[in-house]
Amino acid sequence: MDLAYTQEEQEFRARLRAWLGKVLPELPARPSPDDWPGRRAYDLGWQRRLYEAGYAGLHWPVDAGGRGATPTQHLIFLEETERAGAPYVGANFVGLLHAGPTIAAEGTARQRARWLPPVLRGEEVWCQGFSEPDAGSDLASLRTRAVRDGDAYVITGSKIWTSHAEVADWCELLVRTDAEAPKHRGISWLAMPMDAPGVTVRPLRTLAGSTEFAEVFLDEVRVPVANRVGAENDGWRVTMVTLSFERGTAFVGEVVACRRTLGELARTAKANGRWDDAVLRRRLGRLYGEFGALWRLTQWNVSESERSGGVPGIGGSVFKLAYSHARQELYEVAAQVLGPLSLSLEEEWTLDRLSSLSYTIAAGTSQIQRNIVAERILGLPKGR
Amino acid sequence: MDFQPTEEQRDLRAGVRDLLAGRYGREALRASVDSGVCVDRGLWRELGGAGFFALRLPESEGGVGLGLAEAVIVFEEAGRALLPGPLVATHLAAGVVPGAASGTAVVTAFDLGGGLVSYLGEADAVLGAPGLPAGSPVRSADPLTPLHRVPAGADVSSYTAEGAVLTAALQVGSALRTLELAVRYAGEREQFGQPIGAFQAVKHLCAQMLVRAEVARTAVYAAAVASASGEGSAAGSSEIAAAKLLADEAAVANARDCLQVHGGMGFTWEADVHLHLKRAWVRAEQWRTATEAEELLAAELLGSAP
Ligand SMILES: Cc1cc2nc3c(=O)[nH]c(=O)nc-3n(C[C@H](O)[C@H](O)[C@H](O)COP(=O)(O)OP(=O)(O)OC[C@H]3O[C@@H](n4cnc5c(N)ncnc54)[C@H](O)[C@@H]3O)c2cc1C
Repeated sequence: MDLAYTQEEQEFRARLRAWLGKVLPELPARPSPDDWPGRRAYDLGWQRRLYEAGYAGLHWPVDAGGRGATPTQHLIFLEETERAGAPYVGANFVGLLHAGPTIAAEGTARQRARWLPPVLRGEEVWCQGFSEPDAGSDLASLRTRAVRDGDAYVITGSKIWTSHAEVADWCELLVRTDAEAPKHRGISWLAMPMDAPGVTVRPLRTLAGSTEFAEVFLDEVRVPVANRVGAENDGWRVTMVTLSFERGTAFVGEVVACRRTLGELARTAKANGRWDDAVLRRRLGRLYGEFGALWRLTQWNVSESERSGGVPGIGGSVFKLAYSHARQELYEVAAQVLGPLSLSLEEEWTLDRLSSLSYTIAAGTSQIQRNIVAERILGLPKGR
Repeated sequence: MDFQPTEEQRDLRAGVRDLLAGRYGREALRASVDSGVCVDRGLWRELGGAGFFALRLPESEGGVGLGLAEAVIVFEEAGRALLPGPLVATHLAAGVVPGAASGTAVVTAFDLGGGLVSYLGEADAVLGAPGLPAGSPVRSADPLTPLHRVPAGADVSSYTAEGAVLTAALQVGSALRTLELAVRYAGEREQFGQPIGAFQAVKHLCAQMLVRAEVARTAVYAAAVASASGEGSAAGSSEIAAAKLLADEAAVANARDCLQVHGGMGFTWEADVHLHLKRAWVRAEQWRTATEAEELLAAELLGSAP
């Protein structure tokens, strides 16, 4: 067990830190959540700068357009960018953190060459079309139908809660390609262009007032068979790869951001006198310890995947469970620090508090994560 | 960075687990509960012979020359076996109190607040104190942790950080063990025509036990590794505080959930789970309490960052 970074890793950190110190001060603020096109442009712009400076797709394989760096270097990247307060991955979330890694792991050479470089260069945005109105936790019961017609699938159905759908170029889409097979066996994973005829996006308003997700209606949309990642009807297995990236690695950098927020909360509490409340102060202290431990858990998981060299394990569910609850607690404490000001939507922490409510739902609810942990890690019997 | 156990560390764990399974398995545990003999001098010397107490003494001083990370692994196993006795204090006394390193002496410490000290009747020495103080016995919640009330204690503050991280390791071992007990029982016990572990309410209790134990375990390993590599003493001690805080909670809450999974059986003297719970309570009061840990972390948080 060794937490020390190698010479090479330390040099990498120092270079990155210096670069961030140079570019961040001149960066404008990210547009508000009402302005999704503005956010898209901003997020892609930041991704482009990362690409040009050599910091995009660090741990992706070289033949996938990445730099073949170790997962540890990627971890350093996440730590340093969050610590410096660099922009959030935003609209690039799906492409960089789970669709891209899935294509890198499961796609053909052609598919990797077509889809991965534009993600890294900040040219294309992806969204995730998994959930349907009647298939959320029970994802495998999805009904969106894809019928083969020559070299294309003709797709009809609808998706819901599709984050960034309004501004996305591509969608990682789950469809049913065999209606007769048992539900897990008849699914395929496709890359669908969002500008294809028959795709309609209807924004949904979130409880935070923003329109970050949408309903997507698919009316006889034609998608080339060549856009299928993995074999026909083998999409459930590919989906598990996507979900393991989503749960296992996609939230990692945020842990550092939460620690930064805690520091700001402590200083705010000191300034407004609430620090003298021992209960509040100790809650902050405890959270500081918890987020520190979650960062260590991340290092543990990264070391593990570095040794086994591949897709993150189901340990990601353990991390996701602990993290999503800690994050919600963080913003409950933030509200205590703010006092009545926590009612004002002008406070950043109020919006964060609202959005933190999604953490125990999105990417698999806490209840589903507990089922996974109990059945797949602890080996408890499946319920009837 | 490679935050995974080395081959040697894995072997060390397996060795200690074997030793304890052979020498302090369930029957030995129950026998000590029945007899009230907490510290078995023969076993203590065997532990000493196996390097349990001298683990971190330099080889030049007759020790094993390993670090805090290895000690944490060994203590985790002791916690899993629910091994009684002032393990942490004797380990800390190695090289300081004659006989501690070899396990010929039993050394306790004033690591509990409230004027209480554990294992005074069994001890040959008290860490940092000139002799054995007189004390009056107090009936203890934990049948394997006898307690005495003493008028005043010796200062152990220079040992607090290490004492806390080793105690946290004991807690993690216990938390993992009660998880195992709960999962096993949930798989065997049938109600309504199926194993209770197929019911989600039970499943989710178990899953939450794993989450607590895993987060605490990495926190404890990291605290040991970081403080040994001297990642800054303040950061080291706040990391240790966090480890103790999370490990105490994992041990206590896991024992409670394990008890719940065992239903009425869990409330009997027969089931081992109450022994884990009571010991976890004792350890939560040792070296660094939750309140102290939270205050230390809060102070560190305020002083950290710009
Ligand atoms: C902010 C946000 C962004 C999202 N982005 C996307 C996206 O980009 N793409 C996408 O495809 N999806 C997205 N989702 C959808 C998300 O994945 C689903 O909401 C989630 O999987 C839960 O499904 P559901 O909403 O249908 O809830 P349901 O499955 O209806 O669950 C409702 C409640 O019942 C519980 N429940 C359901 N089944 C069980 C069970 N077997 N055992 C115990 N409890 C159970 C759940 O835990 C929950 O509490 C997003 C959701 C949110 C909130």
